[in-house]
Amino acid sequence: MTFEHNTLDQVTTWVKAGHVSDFPEDGGSSILYKDQQIAVFNFTTINKWFATQNLCPHKKQMILARGIIGTQGEEQTPKVACPYHKKTFSLETGENLNGCEDSITTFPIKIEDDTVFVGLVEEK
Amino acid sequence: MARIVIVGNGMVSYKLCEKLVEKNSSASITVIGEEPRPAYDRVHLSAYFEDENADKLTMAPKDWYDGNGINLITSEKVSQINREEQYVTTHTNSKYEYDYLVLATGSSAFVPPIKGVEKKGVFVYRTIEDLEMMMAYGKKASSAAVLGGGLLGLEAAKAAIDMNLKTSVVEFAPRLMPRQIDEEGGLLLKNKMEDLGIDILLGKATSNIEGEEEMTGMAFSDGTSLDVDMLIISAGIRPRDELGKEAGLEVAERGGFVVNSLMQTSDEKIFAVGECASYENMIYGLVAPGYDMAEVVAEQIANDNKEYTFTGCDMSTKLKLIGVDVASFGDPFCDNIPHYPISINDKKNGIYKRINVDLEGKKLLGGILIGDADDYNMLHQMFINEMALPPHPQDLIIKSSGEEGGAGMGVDALPDTAQVCSCENVSKGDICCSIKDDGVTDINGIKAATKAGTGCGGCLPMVNNILEDTLASMGTVVRKEICEHFPYTRQEMFDLIKVNEIKSYTELLEKYGSGGGCETCKPLVGSLLASIWNDLILKESTIQDTNDRFLANIQKGGSYSVVPRIPGGEITPDKLIVIGEVAKEFDLYTKITGGQRIDLFGARLNDLPLIWERLVDAGFESGHAYGKSLRTVKSCVGSTWCRFGLHDSVGFAIEVENRYKGLRSPHKLKGGVSGCIRECAEARGKDFGIIATEKGWNLYVGGNGGANPKHAVLLAGDIDKETVIKYLDRYLMFYIKTAEPLQRTAPWQEKLEGGIDYLKQVICEDSLGIGEQLENDMKILIAHYTCEWKAAINDPEMRKRFTHFSNDDSHDPTQKFKRERGQRFPVAW
Repeated sequence: MTFEHNTLDQVTTWVKAGHVSDFPEDGGSSILYKDQQIAVFNFTTINKWFATQNLCPHKKQMILARGIIGTQGEEQTPKVACPYHKKTFSLETGENLNGCEDSITTFPIKIEDDTVFVGLVEEK
Repeated sequence: MARIVIVGNGMVSYKLCEKLVEKNSSASITVIGEEPRPAYDRVHLSAYFEDENADKLTMAPKDWYDGNGINLITSEKVSQINREEQYVTTHTNSKYEYDYLVLATGSSAFVPPIKGVEKKGVFVYRTIEDLEMMMAYGKKASSAAVLGGGLLGLEAAKAAIDMNLKTSVVEFAPRLMPRQIDEEGGLLLKNKMEDLGIDILLGKATSNIEGEEEMTGMAFSDGTSLDVDMLIISAGIRPRDELGKEAGLEVAERGGFVVNSLMQTSDEKIFAVGECASYENMIYGLVAPGYDMAEVVAEQIANDNKEYTFTGCDMSTKLKLIGVDVASFGDPFCDNIPHYPISINDKKNGIYKRINVDLEGKKLLGGILIGDADDYNMLHQMFINEMALPPHPQDLIIKSSGEEGGAGMGVDALPDTAQVCSCENVSKGDICCSIKDDGVTDINGIKAATKAGTGCGGCLPMVNNILEDTLASMGTVVRKEICEHFPYTRQEMFDLIKVNEIKSYTELLEKYGSGGGCETCKPLVGSLLASIWNDLILKESTIQDTNDRFLANIQKGGSYSVVPRIPGGEITPDKLIVIGEVAKEFDLYTKITGGQRIDLFGARLNDLPLIWERLVDAGFESGHAYGKSLRTVKSCVGSTWCRFGLHDSVGFAIEVENRYKGLRSPHKLKGGVSGCIRECAEARGKDFGIIATEKGWNLYVGGNGGANPKHAVLLAGDIDKETVIKYLDRYLMFYIKTAEPLQRTAPWQEKLEGGIDYLKQVICEDSLGIGEQLENDMKILIAHYTCEWKAAINDPEMRKRFTHFSNDDSHDPTQKFKRERGQRFPVAW
């Protein structure tokens, strides 16, 4: 999977990820859409939602959704730490914050009537 | 501008120049040395044999003198002093006028009046030229004798060995180094020297050096003789005071210019420093006092300061003689002083240590260390600073095996005024300043900034300890704070949570933190909350590391491993069968762990509750292999089966494991119980180890295996079970409360000020009066224990988290396994 930072205007499909209660507070869970695994994070403390690829680029494990989330620096960059080796990635830009791993893909996300939607770019 | 003429260019002469330069003295300085090269390090002369590189020994090259406006004249010998007109003349009839004259002529080797001493093959050991001549002669020799078994003699013996000569040392006294070490020490040193192939002849007075033109042997007054090709005389030094005699300066009975505490000779325009000066009838044959004398003179010349005086000097010394550590300090003999000597003589390992303690047991009077002088710096400091001794002074020299010695006396116990480097007179405070204020971070930086360790180098281990200690103390200030979200130490966080009855991470972050938290503070707070309230960690699962979040150990491929608790390693056949059946059903790889349990690998997230449902049904509980918490208490089979066993180690291990199961701590905790001294449970390799004795149990604490193995040390001996439990409650709680994050018991214990002795006071003697509090805290934790897995499978909300996808029941389709040796393995990543 190559890195993309999917922006709102590129979204072709909004995929229903689940009810907000399916995602633990200040944590994440992964969803399966076709053969794609997407990590969805419910960052309650800063009242934001994020979606990224579930694969950690370091050891190519489907794991990021199980990582601890937090913020970094004065800009309060939201991030997720991979459970395996604590590689951290920005939840906004997908950039690896503590090393030189490949960036991860991030997806737009929205909540409507307590339902979580992830925005994907699908080939027509 | 004052004109200073310094006669002689040895180490002390150089040091005087250096100090004058440092003090920005405006004086014009002329140094006249008779040797062909600038001053060099005579202390390490034998190093010249290793590479014949004189430059390495040079104190400072000729350029240094030029660059600092010092007129250095080499190969020129001052032959006369004209005190009235204040000038000196040299053997080439050059004339140098002075306002102040400093005599730094040093000493020459003392050559005893033995018949035949003028023969070829007889050398003294003093200068690089002496060495060069010896080496040239040594090429055609096959054996050498050294006359004199003192410090220098043994150094010379090393030189002879380096020349590949069969070497003997001949000493008049009945033991080696008679001025520094006692009989027992001398004997041990003799054995060590003999092990190195050096013959030691004691109590021998040489009556004749035999041979025609070249020497061929030595004859002794007892009628014996020694066939030997060359002789190196190292029988002491003679101050070079011949200039003074002619000039009418007062010379001491045993030689040397008589000086006062300002280093003035009987002519106040003339100073004498180093080995040519006799202060209170004493010649100081070491470099450190010489440097001190140089300071006295430099202060007078540069700053007109007559307050700084020489008051004699401690003759303590530590050296490596042919690879053998030898040190003595203070009064090594205390022949006429009431004292208690405490000594160990470990003949097996070749270690002899003796300390002399005053009758009240309060301070050190002196001591001797041979074979292992690691404690020298600390002991010397205790002596110099008259520091109070620990309750058991023998701890200062007796180490229990595998343990750092010194009764927990760390360098932090030293006052800032303690002189660490005696050669350069550098105090602990100077060193700390260079680290704290000038940002020095390594030994070379300290050498450059303070000159500490640039003389004999003997203080370097201590300088290094001070460096590490100071850096650590500074580092802790920086490292102490948990992370950017909480400006507190772990201990402060512990108190905040406890005192304010904080029950969740979110609450703590809101009240005391900032930002959104991170992977450092979240699990840490999770651990603290569990350590304090022992509430279910799954109530706030997303602050936990993945292992705690899913109550299992993550492994390659995103699968987990499962370890049911098997207290003390005791398990019924029925339970074994259940484990086997579960493993079979879920296709789990099984392996016996080091802690006497069974690990089931390859469990998929969705299967974890199903697996545990079966295990809990069969009476198993979580083994907490995933947590920073009590893992196992390993046991040997004990008195129930074993013919050597003294008590029931298995029963006790089960009791202890069940008591502390689920206990969350700064790092993982392991225990062990052995039924006798054979220690089959390897209990001393654990955080706490309990070993049966005839009278009860010994309790050891602070051991671990891993990358940096440590043996646990004895906290209390021959105590009953109740006391073991009481002390363990206190110990573990004290550790949980005060350790750094992810710090195991061993490093925590090492960092405790006062070490194990302090710990004994706190735990066994309740010196802080917190024993009961610690016990109560532990009781609360024990009362709140619940099996996390039992709780998880019975709570639908918690249980629902154990899925890979929140929108699909399937396993992670990317997980891949293979089969090997009849079991299922993950594919390599």
